Amino acid sequence: MNKTLVTIGAIIILALSGIVLVVIPHFSILRQIDHTNIPPVLSEQAQRGRAVYIDLGCVYCHSQQPRHKNFGPDYLRGWGHQPEAKDYFGQNPHQLGTMRTGPDLFNIGDRNPSLQWHLVHLYQPQLVVPWSIMPAFPFLFEEKTAPEEGDVILKLADMGIERENTVVASQRALDLVVYLRELKQKEKPDED
Amino acid sequence: MFETLLSLSGLSAILTLIGILVVAYIFYNHGMSISNRSGMVIFDGDDQVHSESIDKKTAKRWQHLDESTRGHVIYLLFMATIWLLAGSVAGMIASIKLHHPNFLTQYEFLTFGRVRTFHLNSVAYGWLSLGVIGIATWLLPRLVHASISGSRFIFVGGVLWNIAIAGGLGAILLGFSEGVEWLEMPFWSDLTIAIAGGLIAIPALHSINRSKVRHLYVSVWYILAALLWFPILFLIGNMTKFHQGVEHALVNWWFAHNALGLWFTPMSLGIAYYIIPKAIGRPIYSYSLSFLGFWTLALFYSNVGVHHLIGGPVPNYVVTISIIMSMMMFVPVIAVAVNHHMTAFKHLAIVKEQTALRFIVLGAIMYTLASVQGSLHSLRSLSQITHFTHYTVSHAHLGAYGFASFILFGAAYFVIPKVLQTNWPHRKLISLHFYLAIIGIVIYVVFLGIGGWLQGQKMLDPNAAFMESTLVTIPYLQGRTVGGLLLFIGHAIFFLHFILILLKYKNTMRGKHE
Repeated sequence: MNKTLVTIGAIIILALSGIVLVVIPHFSILRQIDHTNIPPVLSEQAQRGRAVYIDLGCVYCHSQQPRHKNFGPDYLRGWGHQPEAKDYFGQNPHQLGTMRTGPDLFNIGDRNPSLQWHLVHLYQPQLVVPWSIMPAFPFLFEEKTAPEEGDVILKLADMGIERENTVVASQRALDLVVYLRELKQKEKPDED
Repeated sequence: MFETLLSLSGLSAILTLIGILVVAYIFYNHGMSISNRSGMVIFDGDDQVHSESIDKKTAKRWQHLDESTRGHVIYLLFMATIWLLAGSVAGMIASIKLHHPNFLTQYEFLTFGRVRTFHLNSVAYGWLSLGVIGIATWLLPRLVHASISGSRFIFVGGVLWNIAIAGGLGAILLGFSEGVEWLEMPFWSDLTIAIAGGLIAIPALHSINRSKVRHLYVSVWYILAALLWFPILFLIGNMTKFHQGVEHALVNWWFAHNALGLWFTPMSLGIAYYIIPKAIGRPIYSYSLSFLGFWTLALFYSNVGVHHLIGGPVPNYVVTISIIMSMMMFVPVIAVAVNHHMTAFKHLAIVKEQTALRFIVLGAIMYTLASVQGSLHSLRSLSQITHFTHYTVSHAHLGAYGFASFILFGAAYFVIPKVLQTNWPHRKLISLHFYLAIIGIVIYVVFLGIGGWLQGQKMLDPNAAFMESTLVTIPYLQGRTVGGLLLFIGHAIFFLHFILILLKYKNTMRGKHE
């Protein structure tokens, strides 16, 4: 008697929670999304960059979900308006994040579109942000004595940093930065 | 119309009401018929005050049941300990990186985003999951009064589970993460874990089903339900390809919080519900109350997940449901707290003399603390500060370490000597581990909690640059590393002691054969 009660009860309760937290929202989110107004999809290179973002685990320190104006100063920090479901349309896996060891990146492309800045920042964050506790990603770069044609070179000398070799960005670093630069809120919804 | 109805949160209020009525009904029909005397079943009808001073016949039977589980219980607990060690090394590296960002940056596989993920998956699916399964498969024969038939499948399932985890963790370090918190291991690894879980669950469920015991003790309820919940949750959660965008985030947190609420928590509580009264030798304080705790836990805990998305781009009513349910969690938490703490406090002298029991009693206390904390900071006003900060990490460790791991340590210290029929070689090592664990976790939780709180306040202050929210945490992050180091030393001692008791067992076996 008890076994049956527990078994059936447990399954029903789990199903109920699935219905309440997943199935019903599924439909209400679908209704909410205005399919005529979905932000453009990422370029192919940015999609490769997103894969780099995922495999390095950027999401564990950076969220992509600025809060509403009435719920903290995210908007004042230039992180963008609170997005809606449509802003994440088609994203799999989602990268909303739950941690802000570093700033929110939902609108980073708008805030800082500089290719060089991002490359140097990934190479050694403290060169551009002295207080940063972001790890460096030296393995995304190559040191070359003689850079080849088409290589994207980090302009470290401009920043007063002397390196014996030239530092060149790898394809993954370039993809990642293209992704970051495409992270911008396409249009600002009216909000009071 | 549909929208309005939902956004009024009417749904959540109605659901809560239905939930309470269902619980009231079940409690009225079954809870009342469960007298406190039913809580005596774990003593096998024996009213002896001290648990192990039972008559010889009963003792012999328990010894026989314990020994029947030896193969898989020792294997599962030993492998769990290996994952604990691996996970804590990864955790230490991740922790140091947060205040020394240039530590080990040259190795791609040790970058923060990967070691941190390795840490979580190793301790969650390796240490905690295999650990609670190991203890539960020891517990079930005692509760259903029969050895588990087909326990070989449990062993095979355990081996398969370990292979899957080793593969999954390797994949994470090499950059093949699925990119979803708590669900990072690749699908082939998840599928293998699900199959392994099935191999383990089926003999266990079968032995419960077959049992002729007049009353199934409350621990069986928790374990039975958890064994049903976890495989379903784990499979649905990992079918990531079916979800996208915001909806994926909902599934993500529906799964992740249910992994805590419907897997680690019921398994650990089931274990505590057995070992606390058993080791003390007196039944649980209010046995019928434990059933109210069980049903309300199931109903409310299963719906709290979306409080991880407060302030996020998800429909408001879902968040509200989760917040209400989080507050409702006070009911099962108080029920469990009354039972565990009253039983322990009435017999403090016994608790003091048994280190294994001390681990479990403290684990139960930290369950209460973590749950109260969790309910409170699911409120929008507190979540606004604590969300996105290290405070959450502190809270997670109070739950996963202070509660679940403490119960598991205590249970391992309690169970292993019974299964091997030999005592721990050095009692002082258990004591040392205990003090390292308690001091370590207090440092960890307090430092990171304060640091996270300050971080949240700086982040909410429009006049403070973002930089300030980072800088303010540094000393607390360093403190956390110290706490973590103490815990790690404790794990090393636990591991060493485990090897020593195995060697001792081997020697006694050899002695018997000669």
